Amino acid sequence: MKIKSLSRAAAPAGSDVARQPRNLDPAQHPFERAREYTRALNAVKMERMFAAPFVAQMGNGHVDGVYTMAKDPGSLERFASGSGDGVIKVWDLVSREEVWSTRGHDNIVKGLCWTPDRKLLSCATDKTVKLWDPHNSDKKDPPLATYVGQGAFTDITHHRTEAAFAASSSVISIYDTSRPSSAPTQTLRWPTSTDTITSVSFNQSETSILGSTSLDRAVILYDLRTSSPLHKVILTLSSNKIAWNPQEAFNFAIANEDHNIYVFDMRKMTRALNVLKDHVAAVMDVEFSPTGEELVSASYDRTIRLWNRDRGHSRDIYHTKRMQRVFSARWTPDNNFVLSGSDDGNIRLWRANASDRSGIKTARQQQKIEYDQALIRRYSHMPEIRKIRRHRHLPKTIKKAGDIKREELGAIKRKEENVRKHSKPGSMPRKSEREKMVLGTER
Amino acid sequence: MERLVENAGGALTIQNIQPPVKRKPTAVLSHEDKENQKRVAEARKKYGRGRAVRLNQIKDKKLKSSLKRVEAKYQNAILEAKDAEILLENQEGFLQPEGELERTYKVRQDDITEAVGVQQARKSFDLNLDLGPYTVDYSRNGKQLLLAGQKGHIATCDWRSGKPGCELNLNETVRDVKWLHNNQYFAVAQKKHTYIYDSAGVEIHVLRKYVEATHLEFLPYHFLLAGVENSGFLRYTDTSTGQIVAELPTRKGPPTALAQNPYNAILHVGHQNGTVSLWSPNSTEPLVKIQTNAGAVRSCAVTRSGNYMLTGGSDSRLKLWDLRALKEVHNYSTHQPATSITISDRGLAAIGTGTSVTIWKDFFTTNSAHSVDPPKVQSPYLNWHTGSASNKPHTLSFCPFEDILGISHTTGFTSLIVPGAGEPNFDALELNPYETRKQRQETEVKSLLTKLQPETIALDPNFIGSLDVRSAEQRAREKDLDAPSREEEKMAKLKERNRGRGKNSALRRHLRKKGGKNIIDEKRVRMEQMRVEKAEREKERITGEKMDLGPALGRFVGALRK
Repeated sequence: MKIKSLSRAAAPAGSDVARQPRNLDPAQHPFERAREYTRALNAVKMERMFAAPFVAQMGNGHVDGVYTMAKDPGSLERFASGSGDGVIKVWDLVSREEVWSTRGHDNIVKGLCWTPDRKLLSCATDKTVKLWDPHNSDKKDPPLATYVGQGAFTDITHHRTEAAFAASSSVISIYDTSRPSSAPTQTLRWPTSTDTITSVSFNQSETSILGSTSLDRAVILYDLRTSSPLHKVILTLSSNKIAWNPQEAFNFAIANEDHNIYVFDMRKMTRALNVLKDHVAAVMDVEFSPTGEELVSASYDRTIRLWNRDRGHSRDIYHTKRMQRVFSARWTPDNNFVLSGSDDGNIRLWRANASDRSGIKTARQQQKIEYDQALIRRYSHMPEIRKIRRHRHLPKTIKKAGDIKREELGAIKRKEENVRKHSKPGSMPRKSEREKMVLGTER
Repeated sequence: MERLVENAGGALTIQNIQPPVKRKPTAVLSHEDKENQKRVAEARKKYGRGRAVRLNQIKDKKLKSSLKRVEAKYQNAILEAKDAEILLENQEGFLQPEGELERTYKVRQDDITEAVGVQQARKSFDLNLDLGPYTVDYSRNGKQLLLAGQKGHIATCDWRSGKPGCELNLNETVRDVKWLHNNQYFAVAQKKHTYIYDSAGVEIHVLRKYVEATHLEFLPYHFLLAGVENSGFLRYTDTSTGQIVAELPTRKGPPTALAQNPYNAILHVGHQNGTVSLWSPNSTEPLVKIQTNAGAVRSCAVTRSGNYMLTGGSDSRLKLWDLRALKEVHNYSTHQPATSITISDRGLAAIGTGTSVTIWKDFFTTNSAHSVDPPKVQSPYLNWHTGSASNKPHTLSFCPFEDILGISHTTGFTSLIVPGAGEPNFDALELNPYETRKQRQETEVKSLLTKLQPETIALDPNFIGSLDVRSAEQRAREKDLDAPSREEEKMAKLKERNRGRGKNSALRRHLRKKGGKNIIDEKRVRMEQMRVEKAEREKERITGEKMDLGPALGRFVGALRK
């Protein structure tokens, strides 16, 4: 008879490292699904417990509201902000202090942008565009150049490679900064439109494409090579901002007055790629994250929201008691933070992920975070987890406004359905939500 | 080439049809592919979690691609788990006959202790204790032993090193003992109440609601201490919060056996009338009632996989039940009623009958391809006798992760070596028999964080996290307790449908539908006449019958017709 009994070798003498052998046999791990779910529940609770989106505000902010901001593309830590009293400031993100400021204009600074050689262009309602050198000049130094236009400027954007910028008023004027003259080299306009252009933006990959939004509800794309407008879409309400996706150069987002953000493909403008709905007031500013995966939007409802590019609702909402109407929001170039400039004159710095901490993490911490994320993703369909994950405390006014909005939209929809029910079948076809707001396109 | 030819009659025929060519199979699996497929199948059998999703039936592209990615991940995970088997260090023990005539049940404990190493042989020992009969329980990782004599003697020890833990003399009846989640606490069912002691023997809690509990069971992942009482009540206490979670009346008198299903944390309670009822803290009625034996159920045990249950009854029958199909698989007879049963991690069953203990192998292993049920086992694996007619085994317990069977009997405790009983390779992050103090503390915190809620106890433990496939309508109905049940609704509908029974004769319907109110034509006149005639005939018939029956019964004639 062969006899063998289970015996385990003792730990080698002198080693006090506890060995932890594993056995992945499912029979040794009962209730794995339920335990994993419990872990996911804990993870999602922890995520919400550690959610602290607000980091700090920049220095002492501005005296007047902050209406525009621009990141320095040549630096991870510098950005500029423009205020309602004509003051332009440049900030350092690391120290959160202002490094340069000037009273550049007599009126509201409406647009700021950096040139590739790290100079700053500002445009304002005082009909001037000024070129500054914040990194090499003193506060009291005059601007390097001043360009005078016909009307109040609303926005400014610089070409990716060439020494040219576009400033918008009722037309888009292209200036060449390499020339001494202060007159525009080109002007672009849609032949029939006369209204003010609210925002203008160069595509940074397809560099001669320029997009604009205007008060006549139009979104127009221009081509610099032919110096002519390409395409025009008319939406139901006017838009406040156009922002190109830095990774998918043919997609752009539009911040609209009807509380929504529309993501369009410039090759097919008859319908939006996606409609982002959650704000309860006009969206004032929108920007894609440097990865092109997410968006941040600033709204007149005193909140900023963060979005996934391909989801219809926001993934987070940031607000504070003292933050007023938000007019500009920007991702920091490292993709980890979000900046917001609001009517109360403060520039606030927020985390892009509310529960994220930027300190150095050990491998185990990192592993735990990744495991928790995977767990949450896996069980995100479970009602309890979804509830905890989605819950946000909202200011009363915003919650109320959201409720009212939902009710009103429901009433409109109900009424439409009733009319449809009593009209000839087929006479009132349903329109997709993504093409509802497109009134017409012209080429 | 085939041609289409028109015949003289205008019919078409095909000429020169090529005979069908016998084609080779479109692709032949290479040897390597076959090996690979086999490997995947093997890995899936052991480590797979259910059937793979059929991707070719999914229309939605986005869903399909994400599911494809998930499936690839699962496949990779099971293959890696299979490959990680190479890291398993220990081999299970065995008793292997070398000749045709050798039988494993002839092997005595002395033979085994001689054959195994000295260190292992020391694990076979006897304790003579005189406050018996004793009850035994090993802690979850098998490190600590807990012995309780019915007359009030409680002792714990680290049995491998022989280090005593605590010793108590309670001076009152002790019916059952159970370690809680680790070796720091144990529960004792005493004469009146159930108490919880810590490892030093200090009483830290009294469960006053547990009155005369006869059996205790601890559900480690839910932190629930369950006890059945002489009154038939089954109570669950959450040992992490101290709250009573459920109190369920079994309504079958004093219970005779209690076992937990380690797979789904369902409790199996044996009753006097030969039934075993399955309980979860979420329902006041048993989930399942099984008539297992003709006499009272004396003992009950469930395998680790939760697939099979063994019950021993007063009718001297040992029944093997399949818990998935809820059917009896085999019916073994025992010389005397099986008073205690325990099943090891590797599927060895120890059965205490009378003064002996028999250990059976392959009770639960299916090996033949043509039957899903395990074949009937003809002879035991090992035998053990107490050696005296007055000394009877009281409880049995296999030590986890060891080839050890602990037998507590009237005069003490015996530790037997049973080769092949224990799981050789433990998972240290789950249960570690060699854990240090720090590891124990860490494990305790982790397990408390993943404590399962009692609501998750159900027959299928994987229901949590799966999609609720009930329709919205059905869910709403189940939520609304006042809503009529489906049967009631069906009955109401039926009633409604039959409301106008008997009002529709063919003639009357024709008149109603086709008659036309104001059109009186020849057909209509004929119809009307027919109706009048019919009514008259009916009247005549009734009066005729009335005449026949006389005045007393005649008044029922019209009513009877209806």
